[in-house]
Order: sequence, then structure tokens, then C-alpha cells
Amino acid sequence: MPDVLVIGGGNAALCSALMAREAGASVLMLESAPKEWRGGNSMHVRNLRCMHDEPQDVLVEAYPEEEFWQDLLKVTGGITNEPLARMVIRHSSRCRPWMRKHGVHFQPPLSGALHVARTNAFFMGGGKALVNAYYRSAEELGVKIRYDSPVKSLEIKDGQFVAAITESGERITAKSCVLGCGGFESNLEWQREAWGQNERGEWTAENFLIRGTRFNQGVLLKFMIDAGADSIGDPTQAHCVAIDARAPLYDGGICTRIDCVSLGVVVNREAKRFYDEGEDFWPKRYAIWGRLVAQQPGQTAWSIIDQKAIGRFMPPVFDGTKANTLEELAQKIGVDVATFMETLNAYNAACQPGTFDHTALDDCRTDGVVPAKTHWARVIDTPPFTAYPLAPGITFTYLGMKTDETAAVRFGNVVSSNLFAAGEMVAGNVLGKGYTAGVGMSIGTAFGRIAGANAAASAGHHHPTFEEEFAYAAGR
Amino acid sequence: MPPVAELAPPKDGACNGGVNLAEAMTAGEAEIARVMQICNACRYCEGFCAVFPAMTRRLEFNAADTHYLANLCHNCGSCLYACQYAPPHEFAVNVPQAMAKVRVRTYQDYAWPRAFGKLYGRAGLTVAFALSGGLALFMILAIAMNGRLIHEPLAGNFYAIFPHNFMALLFGSVFGFAILALAIGVVKFWREVSPTKDGHPADIKAAAQARMPAVAEAVTDVARMRYLGGGHGEGCNEGDDAFTLWRRRFHHFTLYGFLLCFASTCVATLYHYIWNLHAPYAFTSAPVILGTLGGIGLIIGPVGLLWLNFKRDAMRGDVKQKAMDRGFIMLLLLVSVTGLLLLMLRDTRFMALWLAIHLGTVMALFVTLPYGKFAHGIFRSAALLKFNIEKRMPNRLGLGGE
Repeated sequence: MPDVLVIGGGNAALCSALMAREAGASVLMLESAPKEWRGGNSMHVRNLRCMHDEPQDVLVEAYPEEEFWQDLLKVTGGITNEPLARMVIRHSSRCRPWMRKHGVHFQPPLSGALHVARTNAFFMGGGKALVNAYYRSAEELGVKIRYDSPVKSLEIKDGQFVAAITESGERITAKSCVLGCGGFESNLEWQREAWGQNERGEWTAENFLIRGTRFNQGVLLKFMIDAGADSIGDPTQAHCVAIDARAPLYDGGICTRIDCVSLGVVVNREAKRFYDEGEDFWPKRYAIWGRLVAQQPGQTAWSIIDQKAIGRFMPPVFDGTKANTLEELAQKIGVDVATFMETLNAYNAACQPGTFDHTALDDCRTDGVVPAKTHWARVIDTPPFTAYPLAPGITFTYLGMKTDETAAVRFGNVVSSNLFAAGEMVAGNVLGKGYTAGVGMSIGTAFGRIAGANAAASAGHHHPTFEEEFAYAAGR
Repeated sequence: MPPVAELAPPKDGACNGGVNLAEAMTAGEAEIARVMQICNACRYCEGFCAVFPAMTRRLEFNAADTHYLANLCHNCGSCLYACQYAPPHEFAVNVPQAMAKVRVRTYQDYAWPRAFGKLYGRAGLTVAFALSGGLALFMILAIAMNGRLIHEPLAGNFYAIFPHNFMALLFGSVFGFAILALAIGVVKFWREVSPTKDGHPADIKAAAQARMPAVAEAVTDVARMRYLGGGHGEGCNEGDDAFTLWRRRFHHFTLYGFLLCFASTCVATLYHYIWNLHAPYAFTSAPVILGTLGGIGLIIGPVGLLWLNFKRDAMRGDVKQKAMDRGFIMLLLLVSVTGLLLLMLRDTRFMALWLAIHLGTVMALFVTLPYGKFAHGIFRSAALLKFNIEKRMPNRLGLGGE
């Protein structure tokens, strides 16, 4: 019987397994995916949002705790937990040496991503390289890893973990357990049920694409909620961005993003604009557009640009639909030509003279059109014109288990002494809604490491350096 | 809208080039263009090597771009193991393999004379013919000129078997031809992928300013084999996602071994013509010491590279090129082994035999230089120089300024 059973195989689970093993506990990890798909959504991640008070290797300038907290407060609209959020923030300032020790490499910000050079540390090679490094380190340290091992339920007695039951019916006991097996984003049935029907009678979630793994079916999340674990979060809240509608149903990852929204206009299926495309810098707005598109008829929209925008945004993975006139473009994308021209003409007529500057909140705005475009509003008049189809892309869901700074699971507000949760399963404690780039990894790494150390401690193994580092993160 | 399937790799290997492309591309070139369009929308691998920074300066990839990128790729494998879109993902991104397939085509297409490029397609046979031809030639010459291969000891006097001027003329002209053929090939390659091909006056000025520092950096990149270190300095991948510096080390042994042998020949030439000192040289003389050290490097390096070549993940690179890789490695190894044996046997009755064997292998190496794996060093160096010039030029894309 292992001391610690870790269920899951992504960043949070790996952090738990590594910490528990470092503490001296014997660790068994169960990854539901086969080896070639291991790592859950972590294989698609790009960077870690990091607090730092001065320049650090790949991070420029400073990103102090307070600024990070204010950013988080803004994107969540206050639906967060300040002590836990601050713990995650402070943890992010000190975890990278540990990550490096386990083989993670950081690289300077990617070209086209300079806007986060100050706040985010990029993984060299991305998340799959990080996942590979962690698995390699875990194997070297003696963590036992089993792939193709989905767990269907747990045996819980008086709020204490007893055993896990796999899909194949095997019963695996352990002294303690960490759940790091993700949200329910890949479960299309559950998404459909959570989002329900809109006023047009459409099942909103039917056009959703899942940006990451197909293995986050939410089996244990559902089991835990049914078993009476305290939950947190709204099932319709998620990291949700507008992506290319032609992306694959699963694992489209980063490359399906459409980054030209702020350089043009976005129209829905009825050829009408529906939101200020230039409200703020794109990196601060990309995470609301998934939801905006989800609210449109057919959960679809088109990002429209002209020649002036080409080369000013990250190149999309799929070629856009191109035309030499706006009428022809409307025909090609199959929207009503008259309405489309009315929308574009009204927008073009409303564009005020200004000095275009995509690096600043410039003075190019519209006047007299609803909705307004408040920055970077330039007349769309230079052929060829390009259209990209948009659909909501779900990265991960926020419904999870309520926890505290120990990462313990709770039943009726009573803390379990040997069952912990990490990663997407607890992200909802910090993220009630909204998203800011890289914070998912800050949360996953913090709770993953804490859960691992505490699971080992509850099995009688104390991590040599845990106390000091986490006392700082917890603000003690 | 184009169906998703367009991003999936071509089925059944049929040529899918030329659909959206101004100029017809080969299937291999089109595959690089397809893969680079995916990579350019992701960019996670930017820190690994020069390929990805070069990619981000482009939005579309024509045939010339694919030739440039293919030769910039060192097949370190980092981007394959790190790739979220690698097989079994339906995008089936395999950058090292796509690059390897086009890379060998560029050696063929830029070969001079053009018809000789076909030899790359028959690399095993080419090496076998060159070697047997070289060996036969020198055996016959030795017998024709001396009447036998076994003789009374001659105190290491090679010139008793083959006169100095005869060897100098023969090897000088073959080596000269190899250099000429490679030079013509690489100039053709350079012109096609020149950083100032579009002829913007600003580009031409920037390129002129960039030239000297770029040359210095390119020479350093080659001398240190910078891109066999991975972006993090822990090295390349071989059998799996673990990093190792052995490929770089074995390349260093091979390159510097080769250069030491070359230096040995140059010093001997100086001895002969300038100082009028004639072979055989003592074991403690500069030519012998340089040659011996070089020979040892050319044993350790190729043996190691051969071992890694056998170990390498088949997903990486193009398995069809194994014959070219191993043929070249074996030739280097034969040259160094026979050379060192010759040094040991030069005072015995077998000197003429070993001299003929050694010279035969050297001849095989020389004649195949412009039509074998040796070309990779030349084309990759040119691509690195281009990269180092290009990165010093203004970027015409304004993306991500925010």
C-alpha cells in the first residue's frame, strides 16, 4: 500500500507526487490517459503568472503582490477568496527554483507575447516539455506511475479517504490521497446540462470546442459532490475564449486562438456587431470573448479585418476566408449581405480620425454607432478582406471543491485529514469567473505542492523545506 | 471555409502541393509550410533553436523558406517531444522529420554538377562504389608502380611507394574539385534564400552592416555547435524526451578531429615546400602529432555518432537517410583507423599495403564530400549565417507590439 495515492496526471498531480515523494512518502500516481496523452490540460499550457519584486532571469521589471492581486480582483469581479489568492500569488514568487530542480526550463517571452514579459514566465517548449520533465523526475525519484488508469469512485469513511476504485474494478488503498484530476470541461453531456437552453431554444454548449484534453470528464468531481464534499463555483464559469470554429473538438490548444478581434470588427450570424472590440488590450480581453460568442445565435461569430491588420497579430493556424470586396466576403461566409453592409458601413462612417497605435489605448474610436469601438477603430476599407469564424473554446471549468490553505477537502465544513485536492479541482476557490493568462498554472502549482506535502504529512512524512516556504506563502 | 482536414497531413503520401501556393512545391516542402503555419500560431518552442525565431519573421513559407529552415534545423528533437500537436494529435506535427526530408532534397537539388545530386538518393551504393573504387585504384597503382604490396621495410618512406608530387596532384585536384562543387552548391542555395532577395534598399543596408558581426556569431555557433545544446544547454534528445550532450560532444570530436587532420596535412605541406623537410616525419613532429590527435578524435566522434544513430527514435528524422548518415560516418572511421594503423605499420613490410588501403579510403571520402552527408556542415553553416544576418535586420511584422 502506498503512503500517498495521487489521482491525476497533469501539473497539479505531478507537483503533489513530487512533493510527497521528496518528503519520503511512497507514491502511486494514477493517470487516466495513455502515456502519449498524459498531462491533462498541462500539455497545452504556456506560462506561469509570477509575482516578483525585481527582475528575475526571464522576467523583466517587477510584478508585486498587490498588482497581481488587483489584476485577479478585476478579472474575477471580486468573486475570489483573498487569503487563498494571496497565498497563490506569494507562492508563485518562490516556486520556480523548485520547478527548475525538477527539470523545467524557462525561456524569454515569445515574440508576439511581449505584453506578458513582465508578469509571466514562459516554459521552454511549453507545457508538454514541463510535463515530460516532471514525469522524468518523478520516475527517477521512485514515484510509481500507472497510465490508462481512470478512477471511477472513492471509498470514503467519515470524511477520510480509504481507497480508490478504478474503472477496471481494482481497489487501491493508501494512507492519504490527492485528487488532481481536473474539471469537467471534456464532458459534453455535463456542459450541455450546465448551460441549458437559451431563449432561442438552442442548447448553448452544443457548439463549444474543448481546447484541451478529452480526459477531464469530471468523474471524480461529480462523485465528490454527490458524496457530500463542499463544492464551490458556478458550472457555467470557465476559462473560455473565442477560438477558430474549425478547431478540433479536443486538444486544439493555443494555436486555434484568433487574435485579430481588436484590429477589426466582430459580427454574429445575423451580421450584426455585439460588443466593443477595442475595449482594452487584447490580452486583457481575450478571455471574455468566448462567453460573448456563446451568447450569440448559433454560438458563432466572424472576426473581420482588412489588409491593414495583416502582420499585426499572431498568425492564425487556419487560413481565413478572403475576398476583394466586403459584399463578396459576406457572401462567402454566408451571412446576409445587406445587413452585413449596413453594419460595416455604419461602423466605417462612425470611425473618428485619430492616430492608430496598437501598443497604446489610442484615440481611434467610433462615434454614433452601437456598440461603440473605443480604441483601434479604423475604417475597414483596404482589400483583401479576411474573415475568421469564431466559436467558444473552453479551456477549463471552475466548478470544484471548496478548500483552504491546506488544500484539504471538506465535508459539511469539516476538514478531511487525509484527502486533498489540487489544480482545476480547486481553481474555483480563487477564480469565481474570468481569467488572466498563466494564473491557472500559479494555482495548480501552489495547491499541487501544498496538497502533496500535506498528504505526505498525514501519512507521517514531513517535507524538509515545506514549512518555511509555505509559511511565507500563507503570510505567516 | 477550408475544412479542418487541410491541416491534417496528406493521406497516402500523395503530392498535395500547389493548391494554395503561387509556385509548385514538392510534397516535402508543402509539409514544412503546413507544419510551420501551425508552429507559427503556437511558438512554444522558440527558445530551443534558430528555426522558430526565423519562422516568426514570416507569415507564409515558400519553397526557398523551407530550404532555409530545413538546413537551419539541427534535428535535436526537442521540439518533437515538447509538441502538443505531435502524433497521435490529428495535426501530426513532426518538425524534425519534415525538415530532414527536405534537407536531403536541398543537398540533391543544389548539388553540382546537378546530375550528381542523384547520388544522395543512392547513398549506400555511392559510398560502396567510392570505397571499392578507391581501394582498387591504389592497390593497382601500388602494384603497377612497385610490382608488389609487401616489401622490405622502408623506414616509413611513403614516397618510395607513391612519389610526393603524384599524391599531391591527385589528392589536391580531387579535394579541389570537392571544394569547388560544394562552393557552387552553397552559392546557389545562398542566392535563393538571400536575406536581401526582395531588394529593399533598407534591407540591403542593414544586411551590409550586419555582415561582420553575423559572420562572427555564425562561426561561433558552428564552432560551439550551439544548437546541439538545446536552448537550455542540456543537449539534444536521442531515444526519448531525456536530454543528452553526447551528440554535441561526438560532433566536436569529429569536427575538430577532421580539422586537426587537415591541419596536419597543411603543416606537412609547409614542411615540404617551404622548409624542404621531407616525410617521413618523426612521431614527435607537428604533422604526426596533429594527425594522431585528429585520428583519435575521428575514431571517438564517429563511433559515438554511429552509436547515437542506432539509438535514435525512428520518429525523428527520415529513416531513408540512415544509409547516407552511416555511410559517411563509416568512411570517417575507416580513414582514421587505417591512418593510425598506417602510422603503426609504417616501418614494417606492410606499409605499402596499408598506404594503399588508407589512401583508398581517403580518396573515397574526398570524392563523396560533395555528394554525401559532409554537405550538412556546409549548408547548415550557410543557413546559420543567413539567420545571423536576418535577425539583425528590421522585422517587417508588427505583431505583438502591445
